[in-house]
Amino acid sequence: MTTPSGKRTFFPDQSAVRQRHAALIAGSPRAKIVTIGVIALMAAVALFALLRLDFSIARLGSGIVQLGTFLSLMVPPTPGTQLMSLLKALAETVAIAFLGTLLAAILSIPMGFLAARNVMANRIVQFLARRFSDSIRGVDTLIWALIWINVVGLGPFAGVLAIMTSDIGSFSKLYSEAIEAVDGKPGEGVVSTGGSKWHAIRFGIVPQVMPVLLSQILYYFESNTRSATIIGIVGAGGIGLYLAEQIRTYEWDQVAFIILMILVTVAVIDFISSRLRLSIVGQRAGSL
Amino acid sequence: MASAVTRLPDDQLFSLSAGYRAEMAAKRRTTIIGIAVILACTVVAGWVAEVDIRKFLANAYRFTDYLGRIFYLDTGKHVFTDVGEWFWGLHKWTKQLLDTLLIAYLGTLFGAIAAFLLCFAASANLATNPAQRFFARRFLEFCRTVPEIVFALIFVVAFGLGPVPGVLAIMIHTLGALGKLFAEVVENIDMKPVEGAIASGATRWQAIRYAVVPQVLSNFASYGLLRFEINVRGASVMGFVGAGGIGQDLIESIRKFYYSDVSAILLLIIATVMIIDMVTERIRHNLLTMDRGRK
Repeated sequence: MTTPSGKRTFFPDQSAVRQRHAALIAGSPRAKIVTIGVIALMAAVALFALLRLDFSIARLGSGIVQLGTFLSLMVPPTPGTQLMSLLKALAETVAIAFLGTLLAAILSIPMGFLAARNVMANRIVQFLARRFSDSIRGVDTLIWALIWINVVGLGPFAGVLAIMTSDIGSFSKLYSEAIEAVDGKPGEGVVSTGGSKWHAIRFGIVPQVMPVLLSQILYYFESNTRSATIIGIVGAGGIGLYLAEQIRTYEWDQVAFIILMILVTVAVIDFISSRLRLSIVGQRAGSL
Repeated sequence: MASAVTRLPDDQLFSLSAGYRAEMAAKRRTTIIGIAVILACTVVAGWVAEVDIRKFLANAYRFTDYLGRIFYLDTGKHVFTDVGEWFWGLHKWTKQLLDTLLIAYLGTLFGAIAAFLLCFAASANLATNPAQRFFARRFLEFCRTVPEIVFALIFVVAFGLGPVPGVLAIMIHTLGALGKLFAEVVENIDMKPVEGAIASGATRWQAIRYAVVPQVLSNFASYGLLRFEINVRGASVMGFVGAGGIGQDLIESIRKFYYSDVSAILLLIIATVMIIDMVTERIRHNLLTMDRGRK
């Protein structure tokens, strides 16, 4: 239905309806002011940031042209003459991620209990454990890698220790949260049938937290594979060293090859870990 | 209260307990095989990653040594004896921290806007055709699988040293990560308002504006804030490859053994990250409760 002015209408008395519900259609003025205020503030900060960080159309334009050139040089990707050493570095990367995740998963167990509110009666210890794991998480893996290089020298071992350290922070938090979320009733049930405190933990708490933790650990293994691909940039082993080197020497076809290798590896690990995760969670859920 | 426990006849009990034992044995076997596989992987991985326990034990003291050493000034005095000397570069470092925050902010903002525009194409319920959805998803996957530092390395060559490549690298990674999360949120919406809007003649973008956005906005904002927090951490190392922020000074002081500078910069980074954590957690909490109040 159209009015003579050509505007589409859905009710015969559209203008009357509009008038009757004017307040509803306009919306609350307060919400409007808040929305406009938030958007204006965000835009102002963004503008300030663009100016302060030296953004300019000319720079972006010439950069994008450059990127186009690099992209055209990336085809076809080639391994160059070092396919074997690239494969070895890739294996190293996966090994770093695996060991780092495993060590962190084991070493975080005591920290997790210390930081859990329902296990740790001492508030001060619990608070300190929390802040400790927060501080560890505040520092990026690359920074830990630089520090460990000072201890064990250049090479993949420093990478393992770096992944381990930064993951201890994350795992402690995850563990303590999982332990705090435990339902106390199974443990009480075990105790009421004559079980000891350790029996209560083994049969009351562990079966509840295990599937959650295992699937989290698998997830971290996957994301650590991604981190392990870059710690080579600071000299802590893995494929990152080659990647940084090829970028610095403008060997774009080899850069593309290495990036493709990383993508394939991450996809494979993603596939394996999601299958494992499903079977762990599914199996436990089935046994309930 | 005395009550007899009913006991099943022996032959029934026997078959039941045999079944129980078989089940437990099977479960135990799976566990043992799992542990054996993990052990085997550990040995192989340890060999590939050149783990040298002896070297580690011989040098382990250096880690605590190093952590202790960074709290001493060049003069050999403890840092707390002269805080002014310890934080001598405070003015410079605050400026760099501000840069770092702005890099994270711009990267998150632009990445979130791009993710917002792309997420509808990648979600199963709103994508117009399967091919579009497939390409949108693969593109997002690519953006989040390549680490942001790699993008930064490439962009530094293309755009020159400074914060610009850092912002762009974080933006692309954020696009990938948020695009996936946003698409998942969109897939979980109630489709009835969308159908209503389309039935009354709305175009695709009108339907999104009036039927989808009101349902997803608070979740989007919450994920965006979480990403900002992660990006602050990421921006703190962008300087390692010359992409701006405080990372430049940090890597320099670690490499050149300016011990007390290392601890000063690290403390500043940790404090900043913690403050951002707390602020964004507060805002996210408010966002989610506000949402619940409306319903």
